[in-house]
Amino acid sequence: MSGLVFLIPIALLLGAIGLAGFLWTLRSGQYDDIEGASERILDTRFDEKPEQEGDSQEENK
Amino acid sequence: MLACCPVDYALNDITPMRESKGLNWSGDLVADPSPWVRYTNDGIVFVDADKKTATDWAQLDILVPEVYCAACIGAIEANFKKLKSVKYARLNLTRKRLTIRWDEQLNSAKDMMVVLEWLGYHGQPFDRKSFDSNQSDKQLKHLLTALGVAGFAASNVMLFSVSVWAGADASTRVFFHWISALIALPALAFSGQTFFKSAFYALRAGRLNMDVPIALAVLLAVYVSVSETLSGGAHAYFDAAITLLFFLLAGRYLDMSMRQRARSAAEQLISMSATAATIILANGERQSIKLANINLGDKIFVAIGEKIPVDGQVIEGKSDIDRAFLTGESIPETTHIGETVHAGSINLTGSLTLKVTAIGQDTLLADIIRLMEEAERTDAKYVRLADRVAKLYAPAVHVLALVTLIGWLIYGLSFTPALFIATSVLIITCPCALGLAVPAVQVVASGILLRLGILLKDGIALEKLADVNMVIFDKTGTLTLGRPVLVNQAQISDQHIKQAASLAVNSKHPLSQAIVRTATERGLTFVTNDTITEEVGKGLKGLDDKGRVVLLGKQDYVAPEIKPTLNYNAEFYLSVAGQSPISFIFEDSLRPDAKLTIDKFRNAGLEVAILSGDRQLVVENIADQLQIDNWQANCSPQDKLNHVNGYQKLGKKVFVVGDGSNDAPALAAAYVSMSPGSATDISQLSADLIFQSQSLLSTYKVWQISKFSRGLIKQNIGLAIGYNMFAVPIAILGFATPFVAAIAMSTSSMIVTLNALRLRLKEKSL
Repeated sequence: MSGLVFLIPIALLLGAIGLAGFLWTLRSGQYDDIEGASERILDTRFDEKPEQEGDSQEENK
Repeated sequence: MLACCPVDYALNDITPMRESKGLNWSGDLVADPSPWVRYTNDGIVFVDADKKTATDWAQLDILVPEVYCAACIGAIEANFKKLKSVKYARLNLTRKRLTIRWDEQLNSAKDMMVVLEWLGYHGQPFDRKSFDSNQSDKQLKHLLTALGVAGFAASNVMLFSVSVWAGADASTRVFFHWISALIALPALAFSGQTFFKSAFYALRAGRLNMDVPIALAVLLAVYVSVSETLSGGAHAYFDAAITLLFFLLAGRYLDMSMRQRARSAAEQLISMSATAATIILANGERQSIKLANINLGDKIFVAIGEKIPVDGQVIEGKSDIDRAFLTGESIPETTHIGETVHAGSINLTGSLTLKVTAIGQDTLLADIIRLMEEAERTDAKYVRLADRVAKLYAPAVHVLALVTLIGWLIYGLSFTPALFIATSVLIITCPCALGLAVPAVQVVASGILLRLGILLKDGIALEKLADVNMVIFDKTGTLTLGRPVLVNQAQISDQHIKQAASLAVNSKHPLSQAIVRTATERGLTFVTNDTITEEVGKGLKGLDDKGRVVLLGKQDYVAPEIKPTLNYNAEFYLSVAGQSPISFIFEDSLRPDAKLTIDKFRNAGLEVAILSGDRQLVVENIADQLQIDNWQANCSPQDKLNHVNGYQKLGKKVFVVGDGSNDAPALAAAYVSMSPGSATDISQLSADLIFQSQSLLSTYKVWQISKFSRGLIKQNIGLAIGYNMFAVPIAILGFATPFVAAIAMSTSSMIVTLNALRLRLKEKSL
């Protein structure tokens, strides 16, 4: 019985982390272009490092 | 043509642009590149300019319908980012939208369009705010959030429910019920909003919809569960209530995302139809202005290859005009000074100056659009299968629950346990599987269609298509490729083809281009020289390598002394140094799979017919080749509409396939309609489906998919109702525990989803 005192909060916390993660992916627009995402993986441009906003500016310097 | 990543579009084929808010957008046609950009064969060279400090980034949203794959994304994004001025370029493949942010001090919005054109893509800038999709974007996001919250709550509540079912009792059970309540109540309040609102509006309007029993079941479940928890009872329905919402939200999300995909396809088409025109001012200067600002009597300049924007009288120039989209005629006609040309036709061989005789609402094109709109209005409202079922289902469920409650009260049970049993009836009968049954099938189906290159503009079309029993095809551009092919090839020697091709390669006339294609197909090499001149509307003249005069063109130009073989324009003559002329006969060739498609439809028991605006002789020939008895030639748009309506009055459900503007009214009036991707804007607008592939067989495939998914939907509804037949008696008799409800609900939802996936197996056999 006493195990429940730990197990229940842990279960809820893990679930909440999952939910928070999902909400974050949603807010940051990761579901906006699902087809694009499945094609972008074939693009070799960002194999070295991920794309960041303003990348094109730095490349030009 | 389905061309992935097009790179060789002619630059004179540029789509005119519309004004975009907040930019110094001139609305000019892209004719001269800006001083900052230069084009070479190796790529874009950007001329250096001193970078001034940008105060703000300008943003432009462009619709690019022709993007399909990773290479398209790469080509567009990488090339835009090469631009010094561009800070951000991202292509959304789902929506086919490109967003660019850049420094306006360095490049204008026009430059961005030039770059896109240079890369080989047609784009149409649009005002983000003018699209209502932002609204539905938000709704979709909200649904997804609700789905996530419901999923989280359902899995956690289920954890405690399983413990309770496994035998937790006394204080542990009460404790678990309290935790379940703590998780489920806020989650229900948040995730259930969609259903509560919809049920509330329906009730206020005095109607019943599917959401009323859902909302009622959830609310009652919460009520009985809370009172059970308070009194330390054995059964709580928290898990059932939240799982129910989870499944229903999943169905709702699938349904909505499909509708949105359909809508953004339609939006793209609408925005592509905006145009501009080049006006000639009194001082002879040319200026590009919006169509809306053109007045009667204005002088308009139409360059080679442009679409004629207004109805007008030719006052200068001579050209061959392709009127196929308006009339269905496959061979262009020569226009002389004084004749009238109509908006929507394409100017092929010479530039023209027109005096505007009709604008906007008065043009022939506008007449067709009016017919189309009228046909659309009178099109009977179709009630979706799911809605028809819901209309019967919702009242039945309520009556059943009420009868159960009253029955148990009469039997002598007190109110609370009777209400508990009635609630379990509501929960068990809740249209959980029903809510998933239809959207699951439709999502799988629209995914398959997308892979086949077929755009579904409206989900209903897929349902309706399963009912059709007659198919009507347009000829030019639908059954045929819409471009002429040399048919008497066998009688013409390589030498003559070579001579003809070296002249023809200098002309944009479709017959000339057909000769060039033939020469290429035969693997002939031909040379051209600068002695060749084109006399618009007549033909070409030049010297061959031996210095002899060669003529290629119409009979009255090349050989006025002989009688033509044909009585219409699909014939060219070649004459070398006055020798006897050689006849070249052309015909609009059938799509390679036209015969196969027609046969398949016919074997499936559908009636097939042709409605064409082209000449009797041409249509008869095509109909013979396809063995179709039921054909009409010389149809005006009104005639086509009348024929379609006539068939429908006879009780036929007509599937119309057409591509020209002249088909638009018939497409709109038809029970279901389809256009090829090469069709004119307004016919794409009025069609329910658009196929991008070259293959006419898509029309048959989409019909098969529709039939099969209709079958699956019916099966799924049958499964959902059948499961109720078993579960409802158990619930009415009061034997349903939350455990039984959870098992029954999940299995039925899984079964309908798995059944929907059977459509994928069917895809392989197509």
